[in-house]
Amino acid sequence: MRHFLEFEKPIAELEEKIDELRRATDVDGLDLADEVGRLQEKVEKLLAGTYAKLTPWQKAQVARHPDRPKALATIQALIQDFTPLAGDRAFADDHAIVGGLGRFRGRAVMVLGTEKGTDTESRVERNFGMARPEGYRKARRLMELAGRFNLPILSFVDTAGAFPGIDAEARGQAEAIARAIEAGLEAPVPFVATIIGEGGSGGAIALAAADRVLMLEHAIYSVISPEGCASILWRDAAMAPTAAEALRLTAEDLKRLQLIDAVVAEPLGGAHRDPAAALVAVGHAVWAALTPLLDQDGATLKAKRREKFLEMGRNAIV
Amino acid sequence: MNWISDWALPKIQGLFRREVPENLWHKCSSCEQMVFHKDLERNLHVCPHCGFHNRIGAEARIDITLDEGWQKIELPKAPADPLRFRDQRKYGDRLREAQLKTGMDDAIMVAHGAIEGRAAVVAAFEFSFQGGSMGAGVGEGLVAAARLAVLQDAPLIVFPASGGARMQEGAVSLMQMPRSVIATRMVKEAGLPVIIVLLDPTTGGVTASFAMLGDIQIAEPGALIGFAGARVIEQTVREKLPEGFQRAEYLLEHGILDMVVHRQEMKPTLARLLSLLREPQILAEPAPLALASPNA
Ligand SMILES: [Zn+2]
Repeated sequence: MRHFLEFEKPIAELEEKIDELRRATDVDGLDLADEVGRLQEKVEKLLAGTYAKLTPWQKAQVARHPDRPKALATIQALIQDFTPLAGDRAFADDHAIVGGLGRFRGRAVMVLGTEKGTDTESRVERNFGMARPEGYRKARRLMELAGRFNLPILSFVDTAGAFPGIDAEARGQAEAIARAIEAGLEAPVPFVATIIGEGGSGGAIALAAADRVLMLEHAIYSVISPEGCASILWRDAAMAPTAAEALRLTAEDLKRLQLIDAVVAEPLGGAHRDPAAALVAVGHAVWAALTPLLDQDGATLKAKRREKFLEMGRNAIV
Repeated sequence: MNWISDWALPKIQGLFRREVPENLWHKCSSCEQMVFHKDLERNLHVCPHCGFHNRIGAEARIDITLDEGWQKIELPKAPADPLRFRDQRKYGDRLREAQLKTGMDDAIMVAHGAIEGRAAVVAAFEFSFQGGSMGAGVGEGLVAAARLAVLQDAPLIVFPASGGARMQEGAVSLMQMPRSVIATRMVKEAGLPVIIVLLDPTTGGVTASFAMLGDIQIAEPGALIGFAGARVIEQTVREKLPEGFQRAEYLLEHGILDMVVHRQEMKPTLARLLSLLREPQILAEPAPLALASPNA
């Protein structure tokens, strides 16, 4: 069962019609190829039209689409010999953050990701991609390990944010995020982060203080969710679409603000319509971002990374 | 290797060497099913019915970890029985007995060789030698293993199986905790990986020193790993301990381990880790072309 977003309803209806025609072709032997072709063309036009002018709020829906490829799917598609590593060596293994060793096009790398899960069971297991301190401490440990063995770091971010909970606060959620950011900035190895879905706040930047930050075309990235922002500043969660607009959380806006380095185009109708093609595009973009960094030494990488973040916002204007 | 040589003294091994009879059975201590000894041995002493990992000796461990042709190294002699300790018996007597039983000088064996062709230094504990406890001799073994790893530019892989520090050496054994930590630092500072594979059981001062400081922390399934003994904890907190307490799987869930690896998978896993940590670039696979997708 495919999942259609509210604004995709006209597309869903057309595709349903196409399915009906196909069934008629099978059962009654009618030749409706022309009609099907005509409708398919219409679907594509509609998709192109709709997706060319998605509002920020609609993009938030696309970024959270259940069929959108998640971090583990991305790792599965891009990384060979993936060998997961676990634990913060102190309290728990946080399943909201995945990480481990692997090879990206032959190059040994350290991989990190925030994983939301793909069905009810895995979403619960992954705490919907919202990590606790032990998750960020695992990320920091793996970034430090990457530094020790000269392994480039690749991260794939998709999280609504760090888990807001009593236990998380008691164990130092803020400290854990801060240390992960620090580990990213201090890593003496190339670091490419990709915002693949939702880049939610501190939980996202914990894994994205990188040399190159890529963002999928319909991903979102901000300091707070539109809903959170709406309920705080507008005191009304229903104002989320307005907040989404105001936050400038789209890839296009962030590129213009020079807070990210590149936008990765998604297949027509979004990554969820064609996850395989979307992941191929991610692979090419990550490779393109990574290769120029490979021959730079640790000190240079760190210095340039710092400079990049220090420059951020100085000349920003939408 | 046959299972007897784990236990028999090599020097008098000739007297005891015999084939294990085909019809010799082993009763699994976990599931109580009967297994042919031959089958158990072929299965690296893992119960084919329930997956229970039986303990194996240091030499057997090294043999299933390193490729053929590995070399055992002679370990520096440590002063035996520095405290002239005696409880109901003299420690010196206990030591000699353990040496006779195992054919080893102390509870550790160090060897160098290769894992699927990748150089490695391996240190394996012998649990049947005084419960694998760590005194000066074991400490020397770990330091020697670390020095060898640095010298050979090879990773260090340690398989601890130990009740902890060796009481009979008092504070001398306590000092093996910092000494063994220094050993791991030496290897790490040379840019080499330290991999710890925790075996059943690893407790006390061994867990609380080098054995928790690997770049990668692995354990065998079901291995008991902890600091304080379960009985002591139970008596202190006066609570029933949770199911699976201090077992490898419990530690994985509690963030202490990277992975729990079946004995059959241990060598390939170590080989893959060494490749990923030590071979930055292998032949690249061609980048995949955009795949045609059904709903594109
Ligand atoms: Zn059994």
